[in-house]
Amino acid sequence: MSIETTPSHKEEAVYVYEAPVRLWHWINALAILVLGITGYLIGSPPPAIHGEASAHFLFGWIRFLHFGAGYILAVGILLRIYWAFVGNKHSRQIFLPPVWRGSFWSELVHEVKWYAMIAREPKKYAGHNPLATLAMHVMFVWVIIFMIFTGFALYGEGAGMGSWQYTLFSSWIIPLFGQSQDVHTWHHLGLWAIVCFVIIHVYAAVREDIMSRQSIISSMFSGWRTFRDDKPMDDPH
Amino acid sequence: MTETFYDVMRRQGITRRSFLKFCSLTAAALGLGPSFAPKIAEAMETKPRIPVLWLHGLECTCCSESFIRSAHPLAKDVILSMISLDYDDTIMAAAGHQAEAIIEETIAKYDGNYILACEGNPPLNQEGMSCIIAGKPYLEQLKKAAEHCKAIISWGSCASWGCVQAARPNPTQATPIHKVPGLAPKPIIKVPGCPPIAEVMTAVITYILTFERFPELDRQGRPKMFYSQRIHDKCYRRPHFDAGQFVESFDDEGARKGYCLYKVGCKGPTTYNACSTVRWNGGLSFPIQSGHPCFGCSEDGFWDKGSFYDRLTDIHGFGIEANADKIGGTAAVVVGGAAAVHAAASAVKRARHKGGDSHKGGDN
Repeated sequence: MSIETTPSHKEEAVYVYEAPVRLWHWINALAILVLGITGYLIGSPPPAIHGEASAHFLFGWIRFLHFGAGYILAVGILLRIYWAFVGNKHSRQIFLPPVWRGSFWSELVHEVKWYAMIAREPKKYAGHNPLATLAMHVMFVWVIIFMIFTGFALYGEGAGMGSWQYTLFSSWIIPLFGQSQDVHTWHHLGLWAIVCFVIIHVYAAVREDIMSRQSIISSMFSGWRTFRDDKPMDDPH
Repeated sequence: MTETFYDVMRRQGITRRSFLKFCSLTAAALGLGPSFAPKIAEAMETKPRIPVLWLHGLECTCCSESFIRSAHPLAKDVILSMISLDYDDTIMAAAGHQAEAIIEETIAKYDGNYILACEGNPPLNQEGMSCIIAGKPYLEQLKKAAEHCKAIISWGSCASWGCVQAARPNPTQATPIHKVPGLAPKPIIKVPGCPPIAEVMTAVITYILTFERFPELDRQGRPKMFYSQRIHDKCYRRPHFDAGQFVESFDDEGARKGYCLYKVGCKGPTTYNACSTVRWNGGLSFPIQSGHPCFGCSEDGFWDKGSFYDRLTDIHGFGIEANADKIGGTAAVVVGGAAAVHAAASAVKRARHKGGDSHKGGDN
């Protein structure tokens, strides 16, 4: 094989993130930014503005942006789930972390050691590493879905009984939590869970881009994963 | 034969004209079309009065106080005559053994046909000893009356959710009617509020009388016609909310101008009730109109959701009580700090790695 004859040759780049996945990532990032800022402002409104009520619609706009971005997030998740069925194998990775595999957990421990600066060298993956897979899974399958469900439940309260949002979400989610105020509290805690995720995600992406054995940030623009060495990959197959 | 409502009204000197006016207004209050006014009139002219046993458990009697103030046309005179209120120890003339005998009499005479109206709830601990009526636990009285009734009305937040006597730690284990173990499985309608609005109470009774069934209920057993919208949805201060005009603190300029009370803790956005449409004291006012935030008295467990002036519930189990923003903000600062420290450590490691071991990762 050509690899053996040319030792300095870098391993071929792998096409990991297909266009819909990349598009989803960046639209999602924008939607979450808007949702986070407007969501915080809905909980803690900006200082009161004076004058005639009819001349202002500030809080109305804040809420409109929140609801609009919420719809984009929800539709995005639905399309992303669809893409998990028709896309490449990497598009399914965050939905089904192989938790039943022992190697998944041992490699996850290795990844934790790499972050704890105990392991000397990280493993090499075309897709997500096990720790990232788990983080993405918890975030996008559980936290974001939780926020979408509680969000629509709260939206349905305003849309009123008889609206599809009320029928599909509010009617069972509000009693499940106790009452409306409890749903508000949990939805608000969800904001902070997302803020924590964003901090870790951005930091880890930058750090991995500099220190790991594969490209990270540029891959989310181009879709191609490139590597810094030609050793075999550790992806599960 | 029991008198019909119309007989009772006429006997009390109410003109037919006033009677018909009452029927139309009740139809309007119930959200029914104009064609329902004659139906209500017909029901009142032909149907015998419903016997009602109005029992009091652990409660403060604010439901009764509200009920007798119903300012709906004729309500003060008529509603109490409309139903055959056989037993209500607060307002009945009889007392002592004489009063208690009426319960037995009603149960025997109207077995399976009377309405059981519950104000307050029973305590379950110490075999119900924390609420004794006529020498016996209220729990026994309630169970017996429920056994033979047609349906149960849970008046107020006590009977519906538990209210203050069921607030943590609830030493007497006060329990809302629908959660009382061993209670006969009868249909229950909840009319929460502390107290419920007088006109809501009388309208619920009128509906049951006219149609001989409960009005449409939501998933939690409340009549949709009064509890399907939040205070916030019909609040007359809503335009200030949408404009971003808030009262920042009591007595500030915004408060004097009647701005939205959201920032001083109004629970209107989380409270299902009809205060902002029906209002109180004959439509005179309601808390928000008099400048005070709604504190959600008709919601489940409203005593246990932190301060009356917080729109988010305090979260217990963190050593101290903390709200979502404090917990979340602290977590974000900790995570951000950890990331910064980790970044610094990574930079040090990388610098060392490069210096000591240059043949590896040469392209970095």
